[in-house]
Amino acid sequence: MIAETGHFALVLALMVALVQATVPMIGAHRGNALMMAMDKPSSYSQVLLVAFAFGCLTYSHVTSDFSVLNVVQNSHSKMPMLYKVSAVWGNHEGSLLLWVLILSLFGSAVALFGGNLPPTLRARVLGVQAMIAVGFYLFMLLTSNPFLRQFPIPLDGKEMNPLLQDPGLAFHPPFLYLGYVGFSMAFSFAIAALIEGRVDAAWARWVRPWTLAAWTFLTIGVALGSWWAYYELGWGGWWFWDPVENASFMPWLAGTALLHSAIVVEKRDTMKAWTIFLAILAFSLSLLGTFLVRSGVLTSVHAFATDPERGVFILMLLLIVIGGSLVLFAIRAPALKSTGVFKPISREGGLLLNNLVMSTGAAVVLLGTLYPLFLDAVGGGKVSVGPPFFNSVFIPLMLPMLFAMGFGPVLAWKRTDMVEAAKRLKLAFIATGLVLAAMLAIAFDGPFMGIVGITIATWVFMATAVELAERIKLFSAPRQALSRLLRQQRASWGMTLAHMGLAIAIAGMAGAGGWKVERIQTMVPGQSVNLAGYDFKFMGARRAQGPNYTIVEGTFQVSEDGNPVVTLHPEKRNYPVRQMPTTEAAIHTLFMGDLYAVIGDPEGSEGGFVTRLYYNPLIAWMWFGAFVMVFGSVISISDRRYRVGAPKGHASGKQVGAKA
Amino acid sequence: MVPVKRKHKRLTFVGLALLLIAAAAGLVLSAFEESIVFFHSPTDIVEKTPVPDRRLRLGGLVEEGSVERQPDAVVVFRVTDMANTVNVSYRGILPDLFREGQGVVAEGTYAGGLFTADEVLAKHDETYMPPEVADALKKSGKWNEMSEEMKRQGMINKGAQQ
Repeated sequence: MIAETGHFALVLALMVALVQATVPMIGAHRGNALMMAMDKPSSYSQVLLVAFAFGCLTYSHVTSDFSVLNVVQNSHSKMPMLYKVSAVWGNHEGSLLLWVLILSLFGSAVALFGGNLPPTLRARVLGVQAMIAVGFYLFMLLTSNPFLRQFPIPLDGKEMNPLLQDPGLAFHPPFLYLGYVGFSMAFSFAIAALIEGRVDAAWARWVRPWTLAAWTFLTIGVALGSWWAYYELGWGGWWFWDPVENASFMPWLAGTALLHSAIVVEKRDTMKAWTIFLAILAFSLSLLGTFLVRSGVLTSVHAFATDPERGVFILMLLLIVIGGSLVLFAIRAPALKSTGVFKPISREGGLLLNNLVMSTGAAVVLLGTLYPLFLDAVGGGKVSVGPPFFNSVFIPLMLPMLFAMGFGPVLAWKRTDMVEAAKRLKLAFIATGLVLAAMLAIAFDGPFMGIVGITIATWVFMATAVELAERIKLFSAPRQALSRLLRQQRASWGMTLAHMGLAIAIAGMAGAGGWKVERIQTMVPGQSVNLAGYDFKFMGARRAQGPNYTIVEGTFQVSEDGNPVVTLHPEKRNYPVRQMPTTEAAIHTLFMGDLYAVIGDPEGSEGGFVTRLYYNPLIAWMWFGAFVMVFGSVISISDRRYRVGAPKGHASGKQVGAKA
Repeated sequence: MVPVKRKHKRLTFVGLALLLIAAAAGLVLSAFEESIVFFHSPTDIVEKTPVPDRRLRLGGLVEEGSVERQPDAVVVFRVTDMANTVNVSYRGILPDLFREGQGVVAEGTYAGGLFTADEVLAKHDETYMPPEVADALKKSGKWNEMSEEMKRQGMINKGAQQ
């Protein structure tokens, strides 16, 4: 019964969404307040219905109801409870249900907190949201129904893919989806603005917190994903420029650009059409990401079983959404008048540069990701475009932007003197020079990109720090500096932290990319291998039993100059239900780098094992940097200015960014 | 006077964009030359021996009974499309889902009858078959018997059947 009720709730949600997609839109067009007012109750009922459906599926999973096909295929009675729950979204159908749940949550948040939105704008935003929802409900009900029954009822399930039975990955999809779907807010606002033919500072102030929230979630999602790849796959790497990874990275780039261009719309009333375009782009790339991951058209190391029928459906959805919105953009964008003007060397100019580089970066990643598809379609043979391509194109593109990033915050709006700006950053120049000199002195023959990366990271960090020091007049009036520091606006705190976080993350990438040490060998118990000054002594392996898997656990004693550092226990697990082994790397994080050990298959007769040992310098800085970025962005969202009524003249208002 | 300034702004925008696109295009073209890796089936390799030292991808099935572990973490195996086979050597820990009789994609170089792989692609799902491997099997005309066999074992996904 539960599954059927869930299915029925989903059908009802589709009906409600159909109403929400049409009635308020027509109402907004005709100026009919009654019809427009349909938007709120329909958003609320949608979220209730979808949440109910989601609850039904979760219930079936938690109680291991093996009469439901989705549970049979993705769950097992012996799985720990955490994974029984995460199995709900650890599969195609369930993840779509999560997608529409998040979509309807965002929609109802607009209905709830959008009290001071102009009624026509709110009706149109929610109307567009409902249109997207209709597409996804149809997709689910027609091709990916999570509530299908299975008969006869099997005794037990096939279990969730063991690679996904991991705490990091349990929360990776929800965050990624919160990010993807979050961009639908910016998208809906953009489409509504195009229909209204009006974009102003108030609009930008509405869009910014939503975009920030989406960006925050996406950053968490991408960081979790790469962290998982790092410790679970046991390859010692963290980013492979794989199509599935790129799929989440492209919306991130477009979203970052959108975040910055919305500032220009808000402060300077210019770059409007461009911002609208970026909003469309960010959401389109999110949809494309879903398509790439779910259709299986590209070979990916992260690919899961796929279904081309669904791919075709998503492709159609993609064509309608992207094509439709771009046509609307082409017709309406010229009507968006900008009033602000600015010189190339100005805060706006800097933000514009950020935008262009981010979009070019996204375009390059898109090109590299889709090129194999394109070449295959025109009969050019099967190729793969891998890390060498992306590293040699993407990194050189980003370097000038990172350099400019140091300048951005010290530039004034409208126009600035470049020389003056450079003078203000004198200290940052000196610090960067010192770090570069020190690095060259210690390791002149070090990896080129590693040295460049550390240098640019130092530059961004120091320039951001110097800008903060200038802002609070640390040098000119140090006595009041602390109180000024505390009185900084939260949005500017957000900027400072996010930029510093990026700098820290880049240092981590440069360190791990440049100075990684790797050793693969067969080791017998008692044997030692030296790696970057650390002795890894293999003590042997033992067998053990987990809740739903068997374990081969190796023991390594790591010491430095005879002083013990840590004992590592890498595991190789075997999940009997799927006959599938997984690797659990053992990682010990030190300030300057990670010690990383993986145990492979047994070899030889003396209890030897193939082992893979790594020293990954600075790698943890990358995730710490991502955390700082997220922290900054959360502080920024909490800025009071976003909560105060958006349209000028309506000083008071309800919360806008509270959902985020 | 405002229109002049606006034109100025637009020019900056267009100029910057063009510059970036030119830079990106230049980088893309030079990178494409070196870093695109062509996919080969075992038949491709046997019939038109590729240039040594050129990086390429090899895809097919791991031949049953061909996996042999050698000292110093080296593994040798044969990759087949049921028409031809290629010997592959790889040093390191194989991905968790590497198995005899299943699809595999290896990247490396081919010289003197031996494919030296420095990367063996993992997959995350035992029912996933890389599209290239499916294509290689289709080209060698062995796809049908293969897919029948795999369907029987419940190992195949719809994605590879198209």
